[in-house]
Amino acid sequence: MSRMTMAKALNAGLRKALEADPKVVLTGEDIGRLGGVFRITEGLQKDFGTDRVIDSPLAESGIVGTAVGMAMRGYRPVVEIQFDGFVFPAYDQIVTQVAKFHHRSGGRVKLPMVIRIPFGGGIGAVEHHSESPEAYFAHTPGLKVVACSHPNDAYWMLQQSIASDDPIIFLEPKRRYHEKGEVDETAASLPLHRANLLREGDQVTLLTYGPMVRTCLDAAAAAQEEGIGVGVVDLRTLSPLDLETVYSQARRTGRVVVVHEAQLTLGMGAELAARIQAECFYELESPVLRVTGYDTPYPPSRVESEYLPDLDRVLDAVDRSLAY
Amino acid sequence: MTQRGDAAEPDRARPESPGPESPGATSPGGSFGAVPRETEPMVQLLAPSGERVEHAHFRFDGDDRTIAGLLRDMVLARRIDTEATALQRQGELGLWSPLLGQEAAQVGSGRAFGPNDVAFPTYREHGVAWAMGIDPLTLLGLFRGVSLGGWDPAELRFNLYTVVIGSQTLHATGYAMGIQRDGRVGNDDGTDAATIAYFGDGASSQGDVNEAFVFAASANAPVVFFCQNNQWAISEPTSLQTRVPLYQRAHGFGFPGVRVDGNDVLAVHAVTEWALRRAHAGEGPTLVEAYTYRMGAHTTSDDPSKYREDDELEHWRSRDPIDRVKTYLLGNQTIDQQWLDDLAAESDRLAEHLRRGCRELADPSLADSFTTTYAEEHAPLAAQAAEYAEYVASFGDPDAEVTR
Ligand SMILES: Cc1ncc(C[n+]2csc(CCOP(=O)(O)OP(=O)(O)O)c2C)c(N)n1
Repeated sequence: MSRMTMAKALNAGLRKALEADPKVVLTGEDIGRLGGVFRITEGLQKDFGTDRVIDSPLAESGIVGTAVGMAMRGYRPVVEIQFDGFVFPAYDQIVTQVAKFHHRSGGRVKLPMVIRIPFGGGIGAVEHHSESPEAYFAHTPGLKVVACSHPNDAYWMLQQSIASDDPIIFLEPKRRYHEKGEVDETAASLPLHRANLLREGDQVTLLTYGPMVRTCLDAAAAAQEEGIGVGVVDLRTLSPLDLETVYSQARRTGRVVVVHEAQLTLGMGAELAARIQAECFYELESPVLRVTGYDTPYPPSRVESEYLPDLDRVLDAVDRSLAY
Repeated sequence: MTQRGDAAEPDRARPESPGPESPGATSPGGSFGAVPRETEPMVQLLAPSGERVEHAHFRFDGDDRTIAGLLRDMVLARRIDTEATALQRQGELGLWSPLLGQEAAQVGSGRAFGPNDVAFPTYREHGVAWAMGIDPLTLLGLFRGVSLGGWDPAELRFNLYTVVIGSQTLHATGYAMGIQRDGRVGNDDGTDAATIAYFGDGASSQGDVNEAFVFAASANAPVVFFCQNNQWAISEPTSLQTRVPLYQRAHGFGFPGVRVDGNDVLAVHAVTEWALRRAHAGEGPTLVEAYTYRMGAHTTSDDPSKYREDDELEHWRSRDPIDRVKTYLLGNQTIDQQWLDDLAAESDRLAEHLRRGCRELADPSLADSFTTTYAEEHAPLAAQAAEYAEYVASFGDPDAEVTR
């Protein structure tokens, strides 16, 4: 067990993966000598060399497209996209190529690659540095999408993703990079595509992931002080969804609130609400509610705290759910 | 300020090109701190020593008073930069992208614009904005986090800053295609127009930039691609993006490319003006590579000591774009100490204007976001705006009143 930040845990996870398999290569902008703008790859080029930790030219479509070729050649590329808003130049490669090769080749071509994206807001950044693009990817068949929320998950989920034979969009909640937690390097954590019931609660279930997990845990603790039992599920995997856990918790409390930073319309909350009402209709005590970003572009940083779901908005939704 | 002689004939339009047969590939590859490739020919009209230099194809024919005006702009552009960097350190700005070292490239090009030309900047063109007469306070909203741009590009002929690398080169090309269709090239009556797209050496790797080259060439569009090769893309040296000098890329796309000493304001001015003239005359696109250096950090979040050697910085300090103009003008007595003192006082006033103005920039209201997301009515979003207003009002905060 060691206590470390999520950033350090990701770095340790990458190091482990590079040591474990000589086919693992890292590629991205500024990931070499600089160690990435968030220092997630710090020291790795020094220890593993420029063939395995590649400072790529400044071109996202190029980074992902060449990773496709390397994966075809038997490598396991781990791509770093510098910020969420800069994944879109590579969007074409990801949705038209990465997502489809396995299917188009009748299962012959595997693309075991991981595309790491620091995502979400709350860090006072300028535009394009605070986006939550998960729905675009979760909507695309052939891609798997996961989001970590805690150093231990970060450490393990990253290694599990690299070991996976499917292409994985790996979302890292950048505003949690510097929060510390216990990492157990010996005991493997949950399987990659399993949700985690972080807190039990009998009255309302919060379904969330990534940066909002901390917010939801805080909200649940605050609700407890008012005598309201709120459970928190960290989804961890957005595609595929661990629906078993989702349904069992929805049935247990009959009241569900989905919380995410991404925009409301056609976001993860829409999918979860639809699934839950179809599967658990008779056990529900209230409609599935959503607390999300608004359907506007991510705002200037001076007002991002009003845009992002916070404790108050989550508690407000809990109250509304209980009022039915 | 013009190319010597008259019209720019196609061949003379590539005065610096060694031609396609030149080996060009002198790059050491992806090694860090690669020695800048200054052996390539580049247009220079004022040497670092402060001496005027002759060039076979380009000359700056403004007088020394005009040169003093360029010096003034560079000094003030540097002050804007220093002041904004300080404001960031004091927590007044979330981020700043410094231009230190790039004053000549920015002022020299910006001062070459005709009255109808339109700029498409990245996030670093504060000196271009200054040269175009734009109040630098205009630029601060994005960096303070009170807006996502906020100015009127049409009014200022200066587009919104573009953070996504390279995107604006396509916009500049498309806008230039519009200029063409409006019959605003080749008239030689003062109505001709062009666009100028700014981008960095790192950006030259992006698909968008290469596609912009293809479109511009294909349409023969009146656009000047102005690459400030400041040697670094955050931590990555130019050698990681290209094996041939960047200006040479233009030839592969079918238009002229010129490398100019980006720390020589006279040369930058002359070359940019020439490229704009070509565009105005209907002769199509040009790539100008201003060979310069980013003396500061990439942004205020960056720490260049992680990837850059000190002696490199020292080398470039000796090529400071401001010093050489000062030396030249003091040497021929166009300016004196009094002139410089007055400029320093003006610079202080500008800094004070920025400090005060920055703190006075109004915070936005999230409510405004709902009204500007679409141009036309969008009922579900209007409903969301109402919900948001109701939620805010439930806290009973009179300041948080929402307008729709
Ligand atoms: C598409 C995209 N990818 C990555 C980034 C992050 N980023 C911002 S500036 C920069 C380096 C740009 O270098 P260059 O084009 O040489 O311009 P400079 O900043 O040196 O003026 C990077 C990688 C971005 N803004 N957009």
